[in-house]
Amino acid sequence: MSATRSLRRRVGPLEYGRKGWMQLVMFLGFFFLYFPIVSLVAFSFNDSKRNIVWQGFTLRYYEMALNNQALHTAFTNSLFIATVSTLVSTVLGAMLGLALYRFRFPGKGPFEGWVHLPIVIPEICMGVAALAFFARLDIPLGLFTITVSHIAFSIPFVAVVIRARMAGFDMALEEASLDLGANQWQTFWNVTIPYMLPGIVAGALLAFTLSLDDFVITFFTSGPGSTTFPVKVYSMVRFSVTPEVNAASSILIAITLTLTVAALAIQSRWTRKRGDA
Amino acid sequence: MESWRRNKLAFAILTLPPSAWLVVFFTLPLVIVWLYSFAERGPQGQILLAFTFANYDRALEWIHLSIIWKSVWIAAITTTLCFVIGFPLAMGIAFAPRRFKNPLLLLVVLPFWTNLLIRTYAWIAVLRTRGFLNFGLEWLHDQVAGALALVGLSDLLGPFQPLELLYNQYAVIIGLVYVHLPFLVLPVYATLEKLDKAYLEAALDLGAGQWRMLWTVTIPLALPGIVSGCLLVSILSLGSFLTPDLLGGTDSAMIGNLIARQFSSSRDWPFGAALSFLLLYATFLILWVRAAQAGRSTASEAA
Repeated sequence: MSATRSLRRRVGPLEYGRKGWMQLVMFLGFFFLYFPIVSLVAFSFNDSKRNIVWQGFTLRYYEMALNNQALHTAFTNSLFIATVSTLVSTVLGAMLGLALYRFRFPGKGPFEGWVHLPIVIPEICMGVAALAFFARLDIPLGLFTITVSHIAFSIPFVAVVIRARMAGFDMALEEASLDLGANQWQTFWNVTIPYMLPGIVAGALLAFTLSLDDFVITFFTSGPGSTTFPVKVYSMVRFSVTPEVNAASSILIAITLTLTVAALAIQSRWTRKRGDA
Repeated sequence: MESWRRNKLAFAILTLPPSAWLVVFFTLPLVIVWLYSFAERGPQGQILLAFTFANYDRALEWIHLSIIWKSVWIAAITTTLCFVIGFPLAMGIAFAPRRFKNPLLLLVVLPFWTNLLIRTYAWIAVLRTRGFLNFGLEWLHDQVAGALALVGLSDLLGPFQPLELLYNQYAVIIGLVYVHLPFLVLPVYATLEKLDKAYLEAALDLGAGQWRMLWTVTIPLALPGIVSGCLLVSILSLGSFLTPDLLGGTDSAMIGNLIARQFSSSRDWPFGAALSFLLLYATFLILWVRAAQAGRSTASEAA
């Protein structure tokens, strides 16, 4: 008893996690990170139009948001774009990631720099560039232009995830497969792809959330009839803060969080497996 | 890793389709904007290809230069605040008991995975005159007024005046810090985590106080992560568009808003293109500093 108490009292000089002031600093930091989102979600259940005083629990605004035809269309558009963008960018990104993992070639450094450019350059520059490009070619803005741009910025993210996954791959497995008489295709399908699978799933989930969440690039590449969910929420938010927007936002938060947690779970499962082996 | 020559077919199949997509839908658009930045605007707003630096000259006019200068300032203040808030947070996580580290990191990253628009919108709901913060202040005001009324000073405070917290530069800075904090915490955490704690113990053993150790040992050792995180935050906040658009007022437009305006209401694409490329060059400069710094730190590690 006295031993545990003395243990508790003696905080080592480097045990910041157990120092009161550090706990306070961290509490304030996390409060700053969570207060806006949590209050937004909480007040989407508030049964009051003025949205300030807590009047009781209601799902009324969720019903309103779900029955809002414009929001509905925007949401369907978003899902469609995200699905197509995910399918294409996962395939292309996986190819790119695999090539970067596998091959040595002249000019690889600059090539890598170029390929990763969409991750680092300001979104506004990509957005206006896409707008100028489609306008130059007289391609009408719509679902097509949004999807194509989403694929372009998702490819590098998928490639990074795939490459990280392949870093733990043992090339001897492929050599063994070739030695045992499988041809290159069979080896690729039966050895490389199964190993890559967790990376493909994680990359696809990332591409899906990136597309679903994107506002800036979509804003510049969308036409009048092709509003996505974030663009619609943006136009609603510009006018007023309503519980309906809070409800719509909360739905989107729930979707992206679920997808992210799924991606993280897949990643941690595969690292644990690798750690065991 | 094998040479591309050993399997040219596989190399071509794997690299050509994604490269082609990126060339057509990423690089080509940027090239067009680059060409536009030297173009002239016709009387109806159409683009006449030319070779003029007039668009870049216009960026140096005072009204535009002041916006660019303000963007740099806002980015600098955002970066400083991210460091001030993020460093203790990263340190707290890095020195936390092992089993708490990953959950705490996840807590930092989780808000960052929710939609940028929604995170920014959440601050509107917090800061507006009928927002959560003003409501909290009003409640506080009423409590104090009620307490004063008990001692007979009922008119001392007067009615509650909500604070104008939204649509100014401070709101923009708060929003930018909020959105970019994880980009600082993660790299700083990564270096603090790898740091050999024996150095810190040595500093304490040799008689340094906590503050002296922090300034002369911890921060210098964590410098690569700090520099990398700060540069990342400054790139991202310099090029931001949505946050100043939603939280800022007329006085707090940033370069991103100026670009967007040229491509929408003003319809002056050549000028917008020139501004985009100025922003891109600034981004490349910061990235180059970051790469040079990363190269130096790996070189010194190897030595």
